[in-house]
Amino acid sequence: MATSSNAVRVQNPELWQSVCTRQDLIADSGVVVWLDGAQVALFYLPGEQQGRTLHAVDNHDPQSGANVIGRGLVGSLKGELVIASPLYKQHFSLVDGSCMEDPGQRLRVWPVRFNGDEVEIGVA
Amino acid sequence: MNSIVTIAHRQKLVIVGNGMVGHHCVEQLIERGALAHFEVQVFGEERQRAYDRVHLSEYFSGSDAETLALGDAQLYGMHGVRLHLGEAVLEIDREHREVVTSLARYPYDQLILATGSYPFVPPIPGSEAEARLVYRTLDDLDAIRAAAASARRGVVVGGGLLGLEAANALKSLGLEAHVVEFAPRLMPVQLDADGGAALRAQIEALGVGVHLSRATQAIVAGEDYRYRMNFDGGEFLEADLIVFSAGIRPQDALGRSSGLDIAPRGGVVIDEHCRTSDARIFAIGECASWNGSIFGLVAPGYSMARNVASALAGEAAATFGGADMSTKLKLLGVDVGSIGDAHAATPGAKSYRFIDEANASYRRLVVDASGKRVIGAVLVGDNSYYDTLLQYVQNGIALPADPSTLILPVSDGAPSLGADALPETATICSCHNVTKGSICSAIDAGCSDLPMLKSQTKACTGCGGCAALLKQVFEHELVARGVAVDKSLCEHFAYTRQELYALVRVEGIITFEEMLAKHGRGHVGCDICKPAVGSILASCWNQPIMDPSLVPLQDTNDTFMANMQKNGTYSVVPRIPGGEITPDKLIAIGAVAKKYDLYTKITGGQRIDLFGAQLHELPDIWSELIEAGFETGHAYGKSTRTVKSCVGSTWCRYGVQDSVQMALTIEDRYKGLRSPHKLKFAVSGCTRECAEAQSKDVGVIATEKGWNLYISGNGGMRPRHAELFATDLDDETLIRYIDRFLMFYIRTADKLQRTSVWRESLEGGLDYLKQVIIEDSLGLAAELEAQMQLVVDRYECEWANALKDPEKLKRFRTFVNDKRADPDIHFVKERGQRRPIAAAELNLIPVTEEVV
Repeated sequence: MATSSNAVRVQNPELWQSVCTRQDLIADSGVVVWLDGAQVALFYLPGEQQGRTLHAVDNHDPQSGANVIGRGLVGSLKGELVIASPLYKQHFSLVDGSCMEDPGQRLRVWPVRFNGDEVEIGVA
Repeated sequence: MNSIVTIAHRQKLVIVGNGMVGHHCVEQLIERGALAHFEVQVFGEERQRAYDRVHLSEYFSGSDAETLALGDAQLYGMHGVRLHLGEAVLEIDREHREVVTSLARYPYDQLILATGSYPFVPPIPGSEAEARLVYRTLDDLDAIRAAAASARRGVVVGGGLLGLEAANALKSLGLEAHVVEFAPRLMPVQLDADGGAALRAQIEALGVGVHLSRATQAIVAGEDYRYRMNFDGGEFLEADLIVFSAGIRPQDALGRSSGLDIAPRGGVVIDEHCRTSDARIFAIGECASWNGSIFGLVAPGYSMARNVASALAGEAAATFGGADMSTKLKLLGVDVGSIGDAHAATPGAKSYRFIDEANASYRRLVVDASGKRVIGAVLVGDNSYYDTLLQYVQNGIALPADPSTLILPVSDGAPSLGADALPETATICSCHNVTKGSICSAIDAGCSDLPMLKSQTKACTGCGGCAALLKQVFEHELVARGVAVDKSLCEHFAYTRQELYALVRVEGIITFEEMLAKHGRGHVGCDICKPAVGSILASCWNQPIMDPSLVPLQDTNDTFMANMQKNGTYSVVPRIPGGEITPDKLIAIGAVAKKYDLYTKITGGQRIDLFGAQLHELPDIWSELIEAGFETGHAYGKSTRTVKSCVGSTWCRYGVQDSVQMALTIEDRYKGLRSPHKLKFAVSGCTRECAEAQSKDVGVIATEKGWNLYISGNGGMRPRHAELFATDLDDETLIRYIDRFLMFYIRTADKLQRTSVWRESLEGGLDYLKQVIIEDSLGLAAELEAQMQLVVDRYECEWANALKDPEKLKRFRTFVNDKRADPDIHFVKERGQRRPIAAAELNLIPVTEEVV
């Protein structure tokens, strides 16, 4: 499995922090990690051919104010990988965190990669 | 090229009769170019050329012979058709192929009889001169007019269609008009007793005397008027003139004298080509008898005329196979309509009737024995229903769910749930106060898909409860604007839920990946198709929803087997079948609630909901509940929820059956059944209906003899009373019907469609459903029962299954790398229990993005 880089928010992060292992992930679904006070939702899509197999976005749902994004449903809309919030069902891009329904909402996105079986998040 | 010009020898065609049908035949011959082959001569007994007999009574209200005349006076001459008026054909010499008039003999190659009919005058002593008028021709009307000049009161004998026309004529001549009818009602052929009564009321209100069940014995000199009609039974009626309109007889004299076959009840016998027993002679209109019947209306006569004309023109002619005798007319200003089997003479026919005595209005709808088709109707007072009803009869259109709506008055206040029935001001989304009007404006402004509509209007972005209604309005408005509605499930599947269900069944598909690869697009799916397909797979194969291939399909509530609440915590609902619970179990629930500090509330479905559990607490909570003997209540799934019950005959002095036992049986059987939407049941032990079964998807109410089954009720946003589906069932039959009903619903419903909406959208309505479920009209019953049995046999408590498997429990971690709970979840105490803190009560949570 190739390591992946995220070009969206953080370019070439200087520090990669290990958060969990591949075994902690659930295929085609999400889990949440605690990252120094932040909650990061990790989505693992082992079958993904073109895009990346691993995505890290904020677990905090801006619409409900609850930390639930990691429990949403992964899907694709118009070719873009998205996560649907489990409470009000709005969709966020897994690539850049933008909200399909409301430009006023956006999820933070982290660079994330596998390092062997370790899952690493890029922190500035 | 030389062209060979043939001067065709034109055959001689003679048409006897220049009434409406004979005239129509000439018009059709001209139109179809038949005059190239035929030299046509037409003989009319009357002085006038063909005129409109249907509107004869207008002769007395302004029309003269010329305005009643049919077609252009020059038509015949322009096309070389010779018209002999006032020249009756006296004889047909078939041997020499000539017709004989008082003036000459005319040869023919082909002959068409269109001699019509004549009024029947019963042989009553004393009926002569002005006591023996008839109502058929313009000459007859002239005679009536002459007699009326010195008359005050006129009587029409015969209360049929023409008799009432004649009464109208007498009225317009300024006479006091009466109608005498032998039958006990007016228009006995077209109307039933109630229809006749309504018509009588209307006609009497117009000042026309109506005398029913009167047989005239003799006509003698009168005292106050010129004549006296003596009825049997000693009654009498005096009048200055008497018009007979007691029916018509086919004018078949020429046929008889020339030896053509004559039907037993009169009329020249014709075949389906309108040919008589002499191949050179046709007969059309009221003088002809087809299959023993005379057709006394203009429409069948016209169609015979058309058929014969096209045959003579060398075209492929249609055959005559009888005619619809439905009629719609205005008699004395009163609408009267009669369609098909107005008397419900068909064996097994059933009727719906609407009687409005205040307005003397009457409507009857006759349906066939199966209740599926309209076969007849009677209308008095309002013919606006006629066209629709005629459509139903002629095209065999399936009846609406409630056939009576076809004849009930259309009222603004009538309850209607359709999107089209909603006014512009109707609120569709109450969260954001979005009206149907604003949805329509958005559509008009170019909004072409549902997500766009939601984002522009904010409709359905609140609680989401209006999703189905919004979709309905949206689709209806698109259709109204001529836009095709895409019924695809989502961008990944160009199929409806029903089609996907069939694919899963037929191809034995058991995973989402297989479904997507074979029938979908892409390789991910979305939050629409994944739960929909997941639900179908569960309905069909009932595998544990926590199996790895199924987990990603479930919406969050199914994934974690609990109901997510607004702050991201869950509520937990153990199954309490039938609402029956032992004190020990009650204590066990209390102990769990107390230990995990869960907010506790009794639900509407007779169970207990425990709120405020965090993700990582769910397995512990469930271990303890299962230890105490509970199973999952599936409150999180689109699946069987509860079976509510009253205590029934074991405790209640009114109960007639053990409703609790039946509720337990039903809940045990259908628990875990996944379906297009949630399923709620109830069982009441007597007709007092304390369990409110009539608001449930499946309602069961005890009777002295067994159980009555109700289906497709609903509470919620659009309450709907369940419909009585079957009565006095024994236990086994009840369960069989419910098996079939539920599986048929699962097979045919749209995604997230409750049984109520499904039932309303079901073509053929309740009757159709009864046929499928009770009479097994589709031959599906055994299959549906077997499919249900498979689901029942495979039932396993999902929580018990998950607790046995450490892999499955991996999901129930708030953080996979940390033991802590979510630090952002805060509670406050209220009324002795905790509840989620409101954003406004907590400065830690930004309130700017809150959408209320």
